Amino acid sequence: MALLEVHKMSVNFGGIKPVSELDLQIEEGELIGLIGPNGAGKTTVFNLLTGVYTPTEGSITFNGERIDRLKTHQIVKKGITRTFQNIRLFKQMTVIDNVKVAFNNRLKYSPLEGILHLPRYKKEEAWLEEEAMKLLKIFELDKYAYELSMNLPYGKQRKLEIARALAGSPKLLLLDEPAAGMNPNETNELMQTIKLIRDQFNMTILLIEHDMNLVMSICERLVVIDYGMVIARGTPSEIQNNEKVIGAYLGQA
Amino acid sequence: MDYGILLMQQILNGLHIGSIYALIALGYTMVYGIVKLINFAHGDIMMVGAYIAFMMITAFNLPLPIAIIISMASCALIGMGIEKVAYKPLRNAPRMWALITAIGVSFFLETLFTILFGASSKPFPTLSLAPIQIGALQISQIMMISIGLSVFLMIALELFIKETKLGKAMRAASEDAKAAALMGISVNKTISIAFAIGSALGAIGGILFAMAYPQIKPLMGVMPGLKAFIAAVLGGIGILPGAMLGGFLLGIIESITKGFLSAFWPDASLWADAILFLILILVLLLKPAGILGKNVREKV
Amino acid sequence: MKNKNKSLIILGSLLLTYLFLMIGLSLGMINSYFSGVIVAILINVIMASSLTLVTGYLGELVLGHAGFMAVGAYTSALITMNLDLSAALEFPIALLCGGAFAAFIGILIGIPALRLRGDYLGIITLGFGEIIRIVLNNLKVTNGAKGLSGIPSYSNFTVTFFVTIVIVTAFYLLIKSRHGRAIIAIRENEIATDCVGICTFYYKTFAFAIAAFFAGIGGGLYAHYLQVLSPSSFGFLNSIEYLIIVVLGGMGSLSGTIIAAIVLGVLNEVLRAFSEYRMLIYSLVLISMMVCKAKGITVGLILDKLGLKNKLKFRGKQNISIGKEG
Repeated sequence: MALLEVHKMSVNFGGIKPVSELDLQIEEGELIGLIGPNGAGKTTVFNLLTGVYTPTEGSITFNGERIDRLKTHQIVKKGITRTFQNIRLFKQMTVIDNVKVAFNNRLKYSPLEGILHLPRYKKEEAWLEEEAMKLLKIFELDKYAYELSMNLPYGKQRKLEIARALAGSPKLLLLDEPAAGMNPNETNELMQTIKLIRDQFNMTILLIEHDMNLVMSICERLVVIDYGMVIARGTPSEIQNNEKVIGAYLGQA
Repeated sequence: MDYGILLMQQILNGLHIGSIYALIALGYTMVYGIVKLINFAHGDIMMVGAYIAFMMITAFNLPLPIAIIISMASCALIGMGIEKVAYKPLRNAPRMWALITAIGVSFFLETLFTILFGASSKPFPTLSLAPIQIGALQISQIMMISIGLSVFLMIALELFIKETKLGKAMRAASEDAKAAALMGISVNKTISIAFAIGSALGAIGGILFAMAYPQIKPLMGVMPGLKAFIAAVLGGIGILPGAMLGGFLLGIIESITKGFLSAFWPDASLWADAILFLILILVLLLKPAGILGKNVREKV
Repeated sequence: MKNKNKSLIILGSLLLTYLFLMIGLSLGMINSYFSGVIVAILINVIMASSLTLVTGYLGELVLGHAGFMAVGAYTSALITMNLDLSAALEFPIALLCGGAFAAFIGILIGIPALRLRGDYLGIITLGFGEIIRIVLNNLKVTNGAKGLSGIPSYSNFTVTFFVTIVIVTAFYLLIKSRHGRAIIAIRENEIATDCVGICTFYYKTFAFAIAAFFAGIGGGLYAHYLQVLSPSSFGFLNSIEYLIIVVLGGMGSLSGTIIAAIVLGVLNEVLRAFSEYRMLIYSLVLISMMVCKAKGITVGLILDKLGLKNKLKFRGKQNISIGKEG
């Protein structure tokens, strides 16, 4: 059974259907690219998968469970986390605190235990510090741990967002245009990072990206959407020669 | 007593006080539309307007229409001045800072007029014309003047906003100030004009309010100001027809609770303000952007 | 170890402050008028720091904080007036009950209201605050507009001083815990907070309830200091007064809030000499302070200049805008 199974998913915003009857299947361990022209509805798909919007029709099954009526924070607990097209870090918090926030669900101490510094608080905070540092180290962000995240350079902010998404120990990671606004060096570094995530965490990844070099070189399978509908699926080489896809990008029907 | 007549009478009274709330609410809404500032000093501008007219009538013996015009013009200038001195430096600051400044301006005006004129209320010269009887209904001349004048001013404002170049510039600035500036619209000028028009409408609202209750005092603007603000929110803040609708609605609800419900429930007038706030809360919970407002989704 | 030292220094200086003020009081160098001023400032510290949790750290505008104070004040006053226990027993019970009832009302209000954001939340809390005042004005048990009198005099300088310290410390520790991090994250980016698996609604309501709880305790102290209560002491303008302290203190800075409460309290007393011109000067000071802030002159900056900032590292974010950006 596939890890994620999306069946005929549609959303309707007062007559406009940014996504309609979308089918999508992702097997465990896959790295899939979701591509399409601007305004095709890619980010809306992410918003639907993470519960930011609720689908009006269709179903989303994750790990054998229906998740299409769950709230965002519940979906995260089931194991889907994401990053954002326009970076959404907690700007005025330190780098390490950004990651610590994402570990929140794994801590159990109560407010009173926190205020009184009772043993469980101390134990869990010590564990948290260690885990957060470990995660930052993987992304080479450990030396910035106590800087405000807004002061990080752009590429590192992207990395931190990915690290934060991984802190929730997801089974499926959604990356929304991680290479947007990056120079070629940063994009290369990002490709290394994505590879690293797959190796280290054995992660299933769904990726939205406009940088075709990146998509073609790292994704095993691509799904192309336009006007909220899937117009093609296949391996990068199949997609490269697909008439419909070329048409969609060049503006022909 | 015939309850039907009583209800009709209270609706009329509500239209009267509501027309005044609507005039004041327009000032809140225009300013909020462009600078996103809850201008807490607006209720006090209304008080200033009433005091200026009061001086013109009692000290200079001017006729009421002239006094109204002078008061509107002076309040327009005062409103623009306050914006320049107190709000403009904070335009790029966090919005809560500007809110505190507006409260500061409000305190300032209230204290200044208390020092100048004393804290006690003074009788306001009003029109001593006999009310018109239509059946069992009583319609005072002031009521007719208030409603007529405010409806006239609202239509004029609507035409100004819709038809003139300046009005269009104001609408553009309230949609998106940055884009408007790029299109060559002077945002400073539109903000000044919004304050000027809002304050002038506030002044006439204050005069009509003073004539309705025939008295004035330095704190007279606080409650009507707050209620007019609620009216603006109720109708959908930033939307001119919303402010008018909210104003009339609020006036009618208030006078029905005070004058009609009290016939069945003696304590109704004590709870009148609580009922207003409850309605405001319910409306906001059902339609978070007000009756005529549109919900804007945050783009993710 | 460094942290331990810092706490010891703070604790020591607090005790010294207390001893200093206490000696002044007992030798009659500080008369009862000034001890009243100090108590009023301490209560303002409690009110403003509880409001800071919601307005500064959570980033939501609240214009009805005095309402929670009123709930706490009336609840605790009614308890001590009707219970027949020793002061040492009934006063803590009354304070906690006042706080708990205020928190309960806070949750009741917060559940519907916190779905709104920014100015709208401000307006809705203003509405609830006024409704609380009007209810107190009309209930029999609160003696309506005449209010309560003959409340036992339980809060004095010592009690208020130590309760304030306990509350401020609790806030500080709460902010540093996982709950505090979640609250700050919501201010920074609500959608991202949701997307890391935090139920933002729960934490918003939580912050709201905690703020109401401590405001309720502040109200209890207030009631048992003044010994009389009337609904008019908890109007919209009182809520604004606490908001002014929070904004001047730098929003999301506990130390800034405390300093602003003290500065404004002292300013208020100094200006009393100007009788009717007091509010005129106060309002001008307020406007010019905000204009100065906008031009970059802040309490934080002054702290920086004095080298105090690193010693009292309570501060969170300084510039935050409420509601829609831009």
